[in-house]
Amino acid sequence: MSERKILAPGLMIDGFTLGERIFAGGMGSVWRATHPDHTLPIIVKIPFFAPGENVSAIIAFEIEEMIMKRLSGPHVPKFLGSGELADLPYIAMEFVEGDLLSTLTDAAPIPAAEVVRVGQLLARALIDIHRQQVVHLDLKPGNVILSKRGAVLIDFGLAHHDKLPDLMGEETALPVGSAPYMSPEQILGDRTHLESDIYAVGAMLYELATAKPPFGIPNTRSGLKQRLKTPPAMLAPALSGVPPGLAEVILKSLSVDPADRYPTADHLLFDLNHLDQVALTDRSQRNSGGFLARIGALLSRPSEARRATPRPTSFEQRFASAPVIMAAVDLSHGADPLAELVRVHVRRVLAAEPRARLACVTVLKTKIIGEDKPIDEAGRPAYIGRLVALKDWARSLHLPEEKVSYHVLEGVDAAASLMEYANHNPIDHIVMGARASSSLRRHLGSVSSRVVAEARSTVTVVRLGGVGETDEPPPGPESVPDES
Amino acid sequence: MRLALLTDIHGNAEALGACLEHIAAVGVDGYVILGDIVGYGPDPGPVIDKVMELQSRGAVVLLGNHDEAIADGVAGMSELAAEAIHWTREQLSAEHKAFLAGLPLTHQVGNALFVHSSARDPGDWNYVIHRLHAVDCFDATDARRIFCGHTHRPILFHQLAGRPVEEFVPKPNAKVPFSRARRYLAVIGSVGQPRDHNPNACWALLEPDGLTLNRIAYDIDSTARKIAATRLPRWLGLRLYEGR
Ligand SMILES: Nc1ncnc2c1ncn2[C@@H]1O[C@H](COP(=O)(O)OP(=O)(O)OP(=O)(O)O)[C@@H](O)[C@H]1O
Ligand SMILES: [Mg+2]
Repeated sequence: MSERKILAPGLMIDGFTLGERIFAGGMGSVWRATHPDHTLPIIVKIPFFAPGENVSAIIAFEIEEMIMKRLSGPHVPKFLGSGELADLPYIAMEFVEGDLLSTLTDAAPIPAAEVVRVGQLLARALIDIHRQQVVHLDLKPGNVILSKRGAVLIDFGLAHHDKLPDLMGEETALPVGSAPYMSPEQILGDRTHLESDIYAVGAMLYELATAKPPFGIPNTRSGLKQRLKTPPAMLAPALSGVPPGLAEVILKSLSVDPADRYPTADHLLFDLNHLDQVALTDRSQRNSGGFLARIGALLSRPSEARRATPRPTSFEQRFASAPVIMAAVDLSHGADPLAELVRVHVRRVLAAEPRARLACVTVLKTKIIGEDKPIDEAGRPAYIGRLVALKDWARSLHLPEEKVSYHVLEGVDAAASLMEYANHNPIDHIVMGARASSSLRRHLGSVSSRVVAEARSTVTVVRLGGVGETDEPPPGPESVPDES
Repeated sequence: MRLALLTDIHGNAEALGACLEHIAAVGVDGYVILGDIVGYGPDPGPVIDKVMELQSRGAVVLLGNHDEAIADGVAGMSELAAEAIHWTREQLSAEHKAFLAGLPLTHQVGNALFVHSSARDPGDWNYVIHRLHAVDCFDATDARRIFCGHTHRPILFHQLAGRPVEEFVPKPNAKVPFSRARRYLAVIGSVGQPRDHNPNACWALLEPDGLTLNRIAYDIDSTARKIAATRLPRWLGLRLYEGR
């Protein structure tokens, strides 16, 4: 701030030439810009510091610069440069084409299918930035751009990096964030939870579905604190118009205690991808018993389970402790020894990580694309029989309903079907079986080796020991090799 | 300019060797050794030899309270520390002792200050543990970045003008970026006797834009065996395994 420069189109800052001003707010201004080295469209964000005051603007600038430098990928604007606080502070970044999410909240309520789609986009963005160890902490419709490449998050001035000092400091007198979307723990001054972003997503989806944020736009401290003592079930009536699965997802995200929300955005995305399989609870089930009984049940709900599990100490540990596991089971020969062995290994993985969830997946092979849906002897779709078999396979794992889901995929190529499933869902770990080798398999490549080669996640391949299982499975209606 | 900061080596040749090997692989432009070269550890002589060699290649070497106690006596030291000083003194040559006695308390370059303990009365060997100690230290100097050791427990204090001092325990091997708007006081962890429950040797890479506390595994068995073979208290070897 040594010398005041007049901010106006044409001003050159470190090679960036300012163009039109596209935003002016209390904290600063945002300008379109050009730079000879960059072909991307550019914006330059210039904070405004009233001398001697407004320390929060300085801190927001420090934080945004520190965090933007470290983030990459499709869900953030590309960082292009920044200027020293002492001289002219600025952050230059890619201009992201698209609409602010606020254009949708302004038009709310929007159809449930649209709410789900936005939720999926937001969850994907969170998965990405949380994996880069950053929690945004100021998610609101004005800080999300819906672009061709998905949701892009902007404005990292209040963000926190799991491995870096929190420049906001512990001494902040007032909670910082945007009141309608701020999580209860942020109101209490805790800026270390990735679940705070999940809360904000819940609040935005609630607003998209109902036209108003869950607690309105509070402007008093007591108004702000209302969410600390309001169990999500009390918010359920406003969501009576949306499908129960979606209401459940939104209300779970709005849980007061972060431990009651989704442990990671991966779990949130998983539920949004499979709303028909979301286990409905008292949160969203307005008809299960009287209102007071419901509240009473919520307040008195024992929470030993989560108290017993110590909180992971870093984001990395969090992802490791709450994986989404996919069990790929071949049930075309019934619950054979290999399917049982897959279950043995799935049980081990689940036992190690109490917050894991399991997606049970089996492929029902259709021989030719476009063929009518296969039916069984009784004339029912074969799909139903396979689903029954899959649930039976998982029964002895004794998983609570909200931790397991079942997926019968239909396709001609088992490996391709499994990969497509794994690529559309946030899967951390695939457990699958491999039949012992045979010349045909060696020649054509087995399902498991293709999954291992193509998967982005960890893959555990289990095999029955040397004896037996050395040949192809017995011929039967579905004995066409996987590779056909 | 990339500097390697090493502090509280405490006669641990294995830990120092492992750090220097890592530093050579990473590549630096210079070394600052923040004192307590001897004391506690079984190899005071070889460690001083190594440090003298580094000094001859341009390293800055500062005095620590254990180094001072070799000549000045053990007043104010714990029994354990004093016992180790008596043993250490017998192992050192006159040349070693003269080297230690000649070391300065502080070193300042630009806005960076290096010192073994707090910048507040450096010869009084004040510990920097809590924010209040950090406030005292900041008040005692104009330097914007202060680097010290002495506690064997890494911690970073930072302060924006007019705001309270904040603290942060740096994560191993993760660079902490500096913000130009802040002052920093970094307490570097110990090379030869870590006490933050991480037994790995600590050295810090100081770059213009940030600080990285590197943690290096070394052959603790050898060091502990050597300690057991001397008259040094055995506990001095055992504690290395636990980093306390
Ligand atoms: N990378 C970008 N691409 C496109 N538009 C952007 C980008 N960054 C910011 N904008 C636009 O500028 C506006 C303000 O940006 P930003 O939220 O980062 O600033 P702010 O000063 O923190 O604002 P507020 O205090 O209102 O949150 C955004 O709402 C958006 O319209
Ligand atoms: Mg904004």
